[in-house]
Amino acid sequence: MKVHEYQAKEILRNYGVVTPRNVVCRNSDEVPDALAQLGGSVWVVKAQIHAGGRGKGGGVRVVRSEQDAVQAAGEIMQQPLVTPQTGSKGQPVRRLLVEEGIPIQSEIYAGLVVDRTTQRVVLMVSPEGGMEIEEVAAETPEKIHKTFIDPKVGLTGADAESAARFCGVPEELVESAAKLLKSLYSAFWDSDASLAEINPLVVTTDGRVLALDAKMTFDDSAIYRHPELAGYRDLDEESTEEIEATDAGLSYIPLDGNIGCLVNGAGLAMATMDIIKLYGEEPANFLDVGGGATAEQVIAAFKIMLGNDRIRAVLVNIFGGIMRCDVIAEGLVSAFSQIELKVPVVVRLEGTNVERGKQILSDSGLTLILADTMDDAARKVVQAVRGE
Amino acid sequence: MSILINRDTRVMTQGMTGKTGLFHTRNCLDYASGKSAFVAGVTPGKGGQVVDGIPVYDTVAEAKEQTGATVSVIYVPPPFAGAAIDEAVEAKLDLVICITEGIPVKDMIETRNKMAGSKTILVGPNCPGVITPEEIKIGIMPGYIHKKGSIGVVSRSGTLTYEVVEQLTKLGLGQSTCVGIGGDPVNGTKHVDVIRWFNDDPETEAIVMCGEIGGTDEEDCGRWIKENSTKPVAAFIAGVTAPPGKRMGHAGAIIAGGKGTAAEKISVLRECGVQVTENPAGIGDLVVEMLRA
Repeated sequence: MKVHEYQAKEILRNYGVVTPRNVVCRNSDEVPDALAQLGGSVWVVKAQIHAGGRGKGGGVRVVRSEQDAVQAAGEIMQQPLVTPQTGSKGQPVRRLLVEEGIPIQSEIYAGLVVDRTTQRVVLMVSPEGGMEIEEVAAETPEKIHKTFIDPKVGLTGADAESAARFCGVPEELVESAAKLLKSLYSAFWDSDASLAEINPLVVTTDGRVLALDAKMTFDDSAIYRHPELAGYRDLDEESTEEIEATDAGLSYIPLDGNIGCLVNGAGLAMATMDIIKLYGEEPANFLDVGGGATAEQVIAAFKIMLGNDRIRAVLVNIFGGIMRCDVIAEGLVSAFSQIELKVPVVVRLEGTNVERGKQILSDSGLTLILADTMDDAARKVVQAVRGE
Repeated sequence: MSILINRDTRVMTQGMTGKTGLFHTRNCLDYASGKSAFVAGVTPGKGGQVVDGIPVYDTVAEAKEQTGATVSVIYVPPPFAGAAIDEAVEAKLDLVICITEGIPVKDMIETRNKMAGSKTILVGPNCPGVITPEEIKIGIMPGYIHKKGSIGVVSRSGTLTYEVVEQLTKLGLGQSTCVGIGGDPVNGTKHVDVIRWFNDDPETEAIVMCGEIGGTDEEDCGRWIKENSTKPVAAFIAGVTAPPGKRMGHAGAIIAGGKGTAAEKISVLRECGVQVTENPAGIGDLVVEMLRA
């Protein structure tokens, strides 16, 4: 689960991380009050969307007067914000974070993620604050310092201080920078985060260390034990299809092609997308209905897929495993009789009682294209979409 | 021969009395030597019960002591699965196969940390299990698609493994053992471990590995194969069409920060002498070709 910058900062502040003082605004009318509350003469107006790269898309503006602030806020909210991570349609901006301006002396990167190789949380820091860490890793890997954290011990003071010194934090501020890093780790670990990133973490000209930006995402498998995080989910940031899919227990990701895929199991679902591409067409989505593939799930899946008007054909690829194919076939027939099949549907079923399953499908009177193998199914759906 | 499990293996089911545990244990009992292999169930608080002729114990240690089982399979729900693995490791079992999907990553980090120095092998979590065809099946895979033979199969996915196994069986190529290592980012056994075991198994002649986007385990495995493997390896990597930054169903299947792409994995594996097909429907054919060469 992703959260907004202002929410991440709220969580981090609870752990003692210092952030600039800020006010959340829902429109440009609320901006003058926010400026009055914050005081000062320089502010930053920041678009609150889940995608990164907001600065590059013009979603972060430094302003020096009320008039400029209101104008910047209006411009940011006027149209969907397009960043390198939003896709070409962009993401509508529904909230702004207005922050006090900070006199920056130096910018640092600090991030926590799970390292799959060592199976530990890794703290990554770099003196190259403000840059994408992937770019730093690719171009100047020697500028990244990694600390692999023992889960029984946590981030030690000594390790946090070395990390701060590596980033060139002035000696008199090393202790407060280390304290911030330790707080960041506590927030990450306690809340089952999968990412916690401060980019940039800044040292100010008046000798403070604070989090100018913040990004956190949380492990979906652990949300059940964090009722305090439930309120942070922002349905506006998810597409209608994604919300419907989550509610139906499906895993769905829209893509740019025109062949819809309905598959049981994530690996087979990816392989099905891959074979469509290999045979010259593009998949319209990733969709995993899970092991069972019940009638209810198939109906929900088709409604979501057919809502995409680029779809020209659908490939259903079900390897039943321990599920009986006749049961799955009955589910498919029941689902298909409740929805209008506007495009050709190719069905490949495999598993116990496969012959009986195919018989049920062909006796159903539905205009389905039946396939025997994955290869056969991919060829048939590609032919169907080309009108061959 | 085979790897990890055979007809002499004795197994306990953790989470035996739950709906999922009971359903799959019954299927495993019906497969080959299952009736003599599955000797115990473990559910805290249900010790003393007998389910389908199998005695249930409160703890893993008790089940091991009373029945001699040295392997466990776990169907315990995600919030308690990490602790179930810990219990099996503390009881010094040889092998723990965790089927449970959706265990919080933090729990797995803690569990793996506690396992440091332990001799217990963990397969999974979030995996279909392990099968040595015509001898023993431990997990949720359909037994009937398998056939005894000399191809070792290792995979991060469930149904994609079934697809591969079926292709092999239809071409007359039986399997020595099939191991599903699971799709989680923090897990036990890796591709490289399984391939090392297959390499040492005299009955395995060739190996099929199915990987997918996310992490660098396939690359690490490729490098090991290049230096050490005496057997031909065929591979398929799922997710050539997967967009970056999106989790593709499995918790671990995500291209993050430009790392873990299918293209990178395929390229490294090829450099390491692994035969890679980009066609998931052509894995069986590739093995046939490989064995002919």
